[in-house]
Amino acid sequence: MHSTHLVHLRDVSLTLGGKDILQSVSLDIGSNEIVTLIGPNGGGKTTLVRCILGLLKPGQGVIERRAGLQVGYVPQHFSVDWTMPLSVGRLMSLTARHDDRTIRAALAETGVEHLIDAAVQTLSGGEFRRVLLARALAGRPDLLVLDEPVQGVDFAGEIALYDLIAQIRDNRQCGVLMVSHDLHIVMSSTDRVVCLNGHVCCSGVPGDVGANPEYTRLFGPRAADAFAVYTHRHDHHHHLDGQIADGTPDTCAEDHQH
Amino acid sequence: MFDDFLVRALIGGIGVALVAGPLGCFIVWRRMAYFGDTVSHSGLLGVALGLLLGVNVSFGVLAVAVAIAACLILMRRVRAIPNDTLLGILSHASLSIGLVVVAVAVSVRVDLLSYLFGDILAVGRDDITLIYGGGFMVLALLISLWRSLLAATVNAELAEAEGIRTTLVEGALVLMIAVVIAIAMKVVGILLITSMLIIPAAAARSFARTPEQMAVLAAVIGAVTVPLGLFAAVRFDTPAGPTIVVAAALIFALSLLAPSLRAISAKR
Repeated sequence: MHSTHLVHLRDVSLTLGGKDILQSVSLDIGSNEIVTLIGPNGGGKTTLVRCILGLLKPGQGVIERRAGLQVGYVPQHFSVDWTMPLSVGRLMSLTARHDDRTIRAALAETGVEHLIDAAVQTLSGGEFRRVLLARALAGRPDLLVLDEPVQGVDFAGEIALYDLIAQIRDNRQCGVLMVSHDLHIVMSSTDRVVCLNGHVCCSGVPGDVGANPEYTRLFGPRAADAFAVYTHRHDHHHHLDGQIADGTPDTCAEDHQH
Repeated sequence: MFDDFLVRALIGGIGVALVAGPLGCFIVWRRMAYFGDTVSHSGLLGVALGLLLGVNVSFGVLAVAVAIAACLILMRRVRAIPNDTLLGILSHASLSIGLVVVAVAVSVRVDLLSYLFGDILAVGRDDITLIYGGGFMVLALLISLWRSLLAATVNAELAEAEGIRTTLVEGALVLMIAVVIAIAMKVVGILLITSMLIIPAAAARSFARTPEQMAVLAAVIGAVTVPLGLFAAVRFDTPAGPTIVVAAALIFALSLLAPSLRAISAKR
């Protein structure tokens, strides 16, 4: 395993209930790198994240983590029952105790320090996502794992949140693994996109076409940004359930016939 | 009026309340009230077995409570039966089996009511030793597992991902509930034990801003309801265990007027 890799996956496969969820997935995540997983529902994005986190054991293949890797995780679903009196400050020390300075610094980093005494149930969707991000940061993670980080956040908030994630990466030089549906915004704030549909359909650096203001004005930001990644070609096609019909699950160099 | 039996009742009742409050918070947070009910109802079967086999009744209750809890956790994997249905079946089946066994097999005359509703005025030195011994062990375990248990309660997946062994701490929680049910039986009886666990915790919710505050407050509220209920029982000549529960319920009703709860409900 290369020393700069935080996590290294080789030929990871997983079958659940007779269905191949992951097929021979290989993936490296380096420090100071934002990797975004995209793909259709049921494509195995969350399952892959759960494997990387150690919540699921793959049927085959190897998952290596750098020794002593500190992971900060923001789950997709997170709701706190109102019977639980939980202030933002207390939530910060949920899985490990942090001192007040660390907590305030982390909250300030995501722009929600003023909410430290608020009950988590009173936060808006965007505020809560920022608090969860701060909580993950307080543990000084080498790798941030964000499953749908903009869940329940409005459009303007989404852009701000993705900018924040990029900024965090710049400041902390940590690796970021993100799962997202938001093709249009993700593309501008990610280093590498991995399209997952059971197997790795394609992966690579998103193009900078979408960044061109003329193009954005003409087609709108969605088409512009999505264009950047969806101009790739595949060397195989899929059955409806996402199983590969033929070809190899490698980079997307050739003909695309989804 | 400070008779010996009343002092022992106070000491025993407060001992149970001090451990039941904090543990009850988890029952409230995790929505396990019905689970607690089911496990405690199985206590009568434990009483019957204890009497039949000639062992300490409390150990019989503990053994059956642990067995039923394990049974529940295992059967939860059978998806075809909804969890609350399963709880309902086990709850009433074990209570009925206990009643049948006590009626048929136990030859000594058994004061059934004292097991069902408690007999706090008959708390003896042995009971106090058991309550404080078991209670201290449960509290020590609860404090040592507090952060892990809380994290697993707020978000099990996150806790697991960040290195907390959630299955282990949840198993420990169930064990602690079983122990508290066994030691609390003498005070309020198997039909009312759950109230000692959840009512003080629910009342504490209105005043707490953190989980730790809620746990401490639940212990305090529980401890206050014991003398309130006892003295009311003596004053009005009512059954002691149920009167303590009535006192707790009144405090809960008053707690609903607390502003913090209103604020949260309004914002929802």
